[in-house]
Amino acid sequence: MKFGVVVFPGSNCDYDTFHALQNVMGQETVFLWHKDHNLQNVDCVVLPGGFSYGDYLRSGAIARFSPIMSEVKKFAASGGLVLGICNGFQILLEAGLLPGAMLRNKNLKFLCQHVYIRIENAKTAFSNSGKKGQVLKIPIAHFDGNYYAEPELLAELEKNQQIVFRYCDEKGRVTEEANVNGSVHNIAGIVNREGNVLGMMPHPERASEKILGSEDGRVIFQSMINYLEKKSGSRKKKTTRPSRPAVSPLPPLIETF
Amino acid sequence: MKVRILVSLKPSVLDPQGQTVRNALHTLGYKSVKDVRQGKVFEVELEEPERSEAEKIIPEIADKVLANPIIEKFTWEIIED
Repeated sequence: MKFGVVVFPGSNCDYDTFHALQNVMGQETVFLWHKDHNLQNVDCVVLPGGFSYGDYLRSGAIARFSPIMSEVKKFAASGGLVLGICNGFQILLEAGLLPGAMLRNKNLKFLCQHVYIRIENAKTAFSNSGKKGQVLKIPIAHFDGNYYAEPELLAELEKNQQIVFRYCDEKGRVTEEANVNGSVHNIAGIVNREGNVLGMMPHPERASEKILGSEDGRVIFQSMINYLEKKSGSRKKKTTRPSRPAVSPLPPLIETF
Repeated sequence: MKVRILVSLKPSVLDPQGQTVRNALHTLGYKSVKDVRQGKVFEVELEEPERSEAEKIIPEIADKVLANPIIEKFTWEIIED
């Protein structure tokens, strides 16, 4: 399957995300420059972490107006798979592709640490390779990760099972202590009503290889691959896929400027 | 024409920065400070001198860009014609 990692000025997790998808998960991956209007026929768009536009005004508030976002919106509206990681989640919220908003972390600290999240809904395109209740160890690195939704919206998210990940302790208990940033209902990741757009604050690309301390992030990527392969298998004839590409040096992004 | 727009968090939203400032003021001895809410000030200069132009575009700018309507509210006033 083909993945596209959008690069905004200030994105800094684009290369890690590219590496996780192309070299670790073995998927064809391309960079998508924020000024382009071409999604290059990808099956999935990933908005990576970082500090797009320096987090000026509000995190993601300016990136949501980048030219490529009009394409991402159309892609999402037609059912395309979109994953927003950290700043990517913030951009999806500001763009209205996901409901709710982000506030400054409750304790006013930039949190940079491993956390545990629990899979609340394992039936989504982003969590199907895991099990409900499964605990994943994935790092966070954010200042504005305090997810907020008004009571009515919160009730709707719970009812529709749109909450995909919640902060928990290592035993999977959803406690106040495990909620390091103050998000309502310990929400770490949500999906839209249609199920094709997901935003999460933790960084799965930073938990995709044992050497990084956890491989649990692969659950998210594998789920997406499962979903996309199943989706394409039912519509197209199965073609022979190229064998997993060897670990390749990352393409220089400079050329696309 | 210059317009000043004030953006602040809605009352129902927790403002830890404001609370931190309030606590600092208490520490300094200003015990009568009951509450502090922190916001943002934008000063926008418009080409047009017409009030009608400001009334048309300022609320739009504030709602679309300057504030996140889910968590923030805004007020605005003309400060210079």
